[in-house]
Amino acid sequence: MNAPTATLPEPPTSPRGLMHGVILGAFCLGFGLVLAITDRITVDDIAARAMEDKQNSLSQVLPAAIHDNNPVTDTLAMKNAAGRELTVYRARKGGVVTAVAYEIFGTGYAGEMKLMMGIDRDGKLLGVRVLAHKETPGLGDKIEVKKGDWILRFDGLSLGNPPLERWKVKKDGGQFDQFAGATITPRGVLNAIRGGLEFFAANKAKLTDGN
Amino acid sequence: MSANYKTIAKDGLWDNNGVFSMLLGMCPAMAMTTSATNGFGMGLATAVVMAASSLLVALFRKLITPEVRIPVYILIVAAMVTLVDLAMNAWMHELYKVLGLFIPLIVSNCLPLARLESFAAKQPVLPSFLDGLFMGLGFTIALTAIGAVREITGNGTLFADASLLLGPAFKAIELRLLPADMGVLMMILPPGGFIVTGLLVVVKRLFDLRAGKEIQMGGAHSVA
Repeated sequence: MNAPTATLPEPPTSPRGLMHGVILGAFCLGFGLVLAITDRITVDDIAARAMEDKQNSLSQVLPAAIHDNNPVTDTLAMKNAAGRELTVYRARKGGVVTAVAYEIFGTGYAGEMKLMMGIDRDGKLLGVRVLAHKETPGLGDKIEVKKGDWILRFDGLSLGNPPLERWKVKKDGGQFDQFAGATITPRGVLNAIRGGLEFFAANKAKLTDGN
Repeated sequence: MSANYKTIAKDGLWDNNGVFSMLLGMCPAMAMTTSATNGFGMGLATAVVMAASSLLVALFRKLITPEVRIPVYILIVAAMVTLVDLAMNAWMHELYKVLGLFIPLIVSNCLPLARLESFAAKQPVLPSFLDGLFMGLGFTIALTAIGAVREITGNGTLFADASLLLGPAFKAIELRLLPADMGVLMMILPPGGFIVTGLLVVVKRLFDLRAGKEIQMGGAHSVA
């Protein structure tokens, strides 16, 4: 097998090989510089947009009436039951924690779904919203609030209402409707919400004491 | 000279259309065309990247030695994609939320690379820029057409959410052509992408046949 070596260009130590290296290196340096400058120009705007996105999704699960702080910046780092890092956003009125919001995760038909859940200090759900999912358009995506009001039915419920064993889709003996053609997606959402409620129950003191 | 530019434009938009003639860039052409608006946005982003990278490659074509040309092209395309990605994230955030996931995929689209290798590497700056631009616009037309057919048959709408992409003034072009439950879901799913792309390739060739043109075989003359 010495045919391939015969077609190899000159070894990189030769002046010509070195020249190619220098040209490639110069281009990398030049475009690297351009990207670094662009990054510096856009970094503040991108951070501001990310903050707005977070505020938008939080304001849907933490009603403005129950807080006078900015929950985006009032955070608490915790670990959920699966050992996953979690950022808890706290809503306060007069310094007292009135509600918290955090991300919950469920397995859907096409991978992980990320949701944001808001829950008041007594454990009652203020709202659940889908942040990201890869479910089938037209079937599983009815969990999005802009495609249907299914996700709104959880508002006001809590871990004892309905009882734990009823926190399932009807097909599994629970009390929540699946939607036509999709069972796996609602089941994943329900698992996520149940996990979120259990997380709150297990960490209630830490979540609501405000430190 | 202007006749030359006319050929470049006609080639990019129709005769040598990246999707319907060369069958390049199939991944975004199918993944991003679940609606006409998505296809249009993805096409425009690709056009910007193609025009900018063709211009740069033509500008530096005498510096780039043949041995390192492919890494340099990829570097230039990747840098342009990152620029578009950052700029869109900062200043066109609504659009970015729709397309953001797919912008990095432009790097792996072989259409820009094919044009750099077969055109911009040998031609002066202005023709190269125009070639990149019109190839990109041809790509936009193709993606919008595929997206439109899939959206109408699959969802019954046309240009849904166009106002998110183009601003509130374009609310008027968001149409509902069929009742909500009439859509054929498969057209929005991946099989619909293949079916519609195939059918539109046929339609384009029928037009060409009728005009008495010789049919270009897909990608046979292109290097990448």
